[in-house]
Amino acid sequence: MNLDFSDEQKQLREQVRRFLSENCTSETVRSILEGPESYDKELYQGLAELGVLGAAIPEEYGGVGLTHLELCVVAEELGRVLAPVPVSSSIYLTAEFLMLAGSEKQKETWLPKLASGEAIGAFAFAEGQGRMAPAKIKATVSGGKLSGTKSPVADGDVADVLVVAAKNEKGNVSLYLVEAAAKGVSRETLETIDPTRSQARITFDGAPAELLGAEGDGWHIATQVLDRAAVLMAFEQVGGADRSLEIARDYALERMAFGRPIGSFQAVKHILADMYVSATLARSNCYYGAWALNSGAAEFPVAAATARVSATTAFQHCAKNNIQVHGGMGFTWAFDCHLYYRRSNALAVALGSLSSWESQLIERMSAGNAEQAA
Amino acid sequence: MDFKDTPEEAAFRAEVRAWIDANAPKHLEGELKRASFGSNGIASEDPIAAGKAWQKKKAEAGWACLHWPKEYGGGARTPIERVIWGQEEGPYAALTGVFTIGHGMCGPTVMSWASEEHKRELLPPLASGETVWCQLFSEPASGSDLAGLRTRAVKADDGSGDWIINGQKIWTSGAQYSDWGLLITRTNPDVPKHKGLTMFFLNMKSPGVEVRPIKQANGQSSFNEVYFTDVRIPDSQRLGEVGQGWEVSLTTLMNERLSIGSGMSTGFPELFRFCMEAEIDGAPAVDDSGVRSKLAQFAVKQSGLKYTGMRAISALSKGETPGPENSIGKLVAGAAMQELSMFALDLQGEAGVLWNEDSPQQGRFQAMLMRSPATRIEGGSDEILRNIIGERVLGLPGDIRVDKNVAFKDIPTSGRKN
Repeated sequence: MNLDFSDEQKQLREQVRRFLSENCTSETVRSILEGPESYDKELYQGLAELGVLGAAIPEEYGGVGLTHLELCVVAEELGRVLAPVPVSSSIYLTAEFLMLAGSEKQKETWLPKLASGEAIGAFAFAEGQGRMAPAKIKATVSGGKLSGTKSPVADGDVADVLVVAAKNEKGNVSLYLVEAAAKGVSRETLETIDPTRSQARITFDGAPAELLGAEGDGWHIATQVLDRAAVLMAFEQVGGADRSLEIARDYALERMAFGRPIGSFQAVKHILADMYVSATLARSNCYYGAWALNSGAAEFPVAAATARVSATTAFQHCAKNNIQVHGGMGFTWAFDCHLYYRRSNALAVALGSLSSWESQLIERMSAGNAEQAA
Repeated sequence: MDFKDTPEEAAFRAEVRAWIDANAPKHLEGELKRASFGSNGIASEDPIAAGKAWQKKKAEAGWACLHWPKEYGGGARTPIERVIWGQEEGPYAALTGVFTIGHGMCGPTVMSWASEEHKRELLPPLASGETVWCQLFSEPASGSDLAGLRTRAVKADDGSGDWIINGQKIWTSGAQYSDWGLLITRTNPDVPKHKGLTMFFLNMKSPGVEVRPIKQANGQSSFNEVYFTDVRIPDSQRLGEVGQGWEVSLTTLMNERLSIGSGMSTGFPELFRFCMEAEIDGAPAVDDSGVRSKLAQFAVKQSGLKYTGMRAISALSKGETPGPENSIGKLVAGAAMQELSMFALDLQGEAGVLWNEDSPQQGRFQAMLMRSPATRIEGGSDEILRNIIGERVLGLPGDIRVDKNVAFKDIPTSGRKN
């Protein structure tokens, strides 16, 4: 038993943290929030050069050939600074789809480009309001041509390649690779609660679509990839939760009221203690998820949902209470609290909402793994 | 990162499993598993005698007090080996719950503060279960404000050097069957409260010690009041210097939070089983989306606690010291237990009010509902634990202490203005 990252992994953390402290400040995040761009190109290129995009991609496909544990470490750091880059869409999802289900040719074509940041990928699944479910998919592929509308698609407006879930001629869900520049693809950036993580509506009108993985196997593949992405995103959420707590703690030490730092009042101290508790539980669950992901343990599906539910809960809890600790200042545009609040709520519904993950967790436990959480 | 056993750990686990399989009182297993929450575990035999027998057997084979050095009757095992032992001992651990305070708190305090002679005399029989210890700390007027205690120790005027104790303690678990107690007293009321305290260990059979069980809200009596009337303690039974009692007590309290908080169950597995069996509108409760949401939140608390505990053990095994962050164990588990039992009651509908043999799982959730308020108070209330996290983990300023530099005798004892 050893429930900690290795010294090398901790060194990687320090390296990424140093890079981000210089290249992803509050101003970086705000320039995307307030400006016309959907993500920070320079930052993304910098991350690619640092090797972190390709951390878990094998060397033969242009990656660094490390493991998912290193990618988890990176994810936490990106989450801490709310990095406005399409890593989750391109790396946690698209690259994982390719590694899990892609043909040799598809991997050779796309993985090196994703690792180098030359191309961005996105996963197009949702079709409007409500929970993700295969029955909800209306997009169809017939004779290699895709038609339908996907919305919202995270980073869909800047992606070069899309993994699209659609129904084949027999009505079964399959996955397809679609190049965003192809004829028959039109897209539009949408207004959201968190413009630092861009969302798009994509309309396909007979766009050329290439099967990814076995025909009719789309839902099964998507579930596995969403589980992997859930663990990686959970690390981003834990990073965000921890940083929200730090910001709140620092403010509580500095801000004086009634002649004392507000952090000396129990009412405030106890809010901060509860933030710490929720972030700590989530971190421990994430370590469990990271280990299960990396080792291919049988309990991975339960571990992934556990990490996801715990981290979503913690980030929302910490981000909202960060504002509370700041009082009115926390609700101003000038303070960073709202950046974390936006992101916590945006991530809470990314990859499927909290309640859908809660439901999946219990479903998986009742399928025979109930004792694991005991 | 590896959540599985190394080959050495697996070999150790196999050894433990084989020994437990050959030696555990298996006829009690069913009863221990069904035992009402918060009870002593078994009704078919004297639970204290059964606990002592199991502890003795463990001690003879070298499995007692795995965290203690061998010369004091312990097993000198690594932190991870202790976790493995705990996992394998499973329900039988409840049998020796009577020793938790002695092994987890009093023993380590004696080890840190007593003379070598006393350590060799007191610790081996504690490890092997021949003696039971209790912790005489809380008083009616000083729970969370422990240093506000009033039990007095004064030097006997006969020149013997003995101390004479008068006063009262409360919330003393297991005092009714304890042989020894760790006793904190006030020896000087003329200095600020933390500075006038002195710690002793006391033979509970000494003349003048009277134990009165307290009937609790859940109907049981695991806590006691203990009265001292001119109880005599030799000066050789003092732990630390005169006036150093607060420092000594911190050794106990730190161990207490570690001991109570680690590996606490929130009752989630029981709730999960119940939700598989219970029905809502003719379908299993576990299929209901509201139930799933609740269950999932309990599940991630339970697993978060489990892996937080394991991370602490992992750190401990690398030589890091466990810190105040371990306060979260009891804070999370106590509140979760209470919420969880209320939720289980809700699922039982109007019959949730019943607490009898027909209640699901022999009334386990009713028992948990009625016991959990104490869990949120004993060994540091939720509020004290939040202060510890806020101040010692997050570095926030301490509460303002108006009595800090006031002589104990001058501290007001009533909120009323005279």
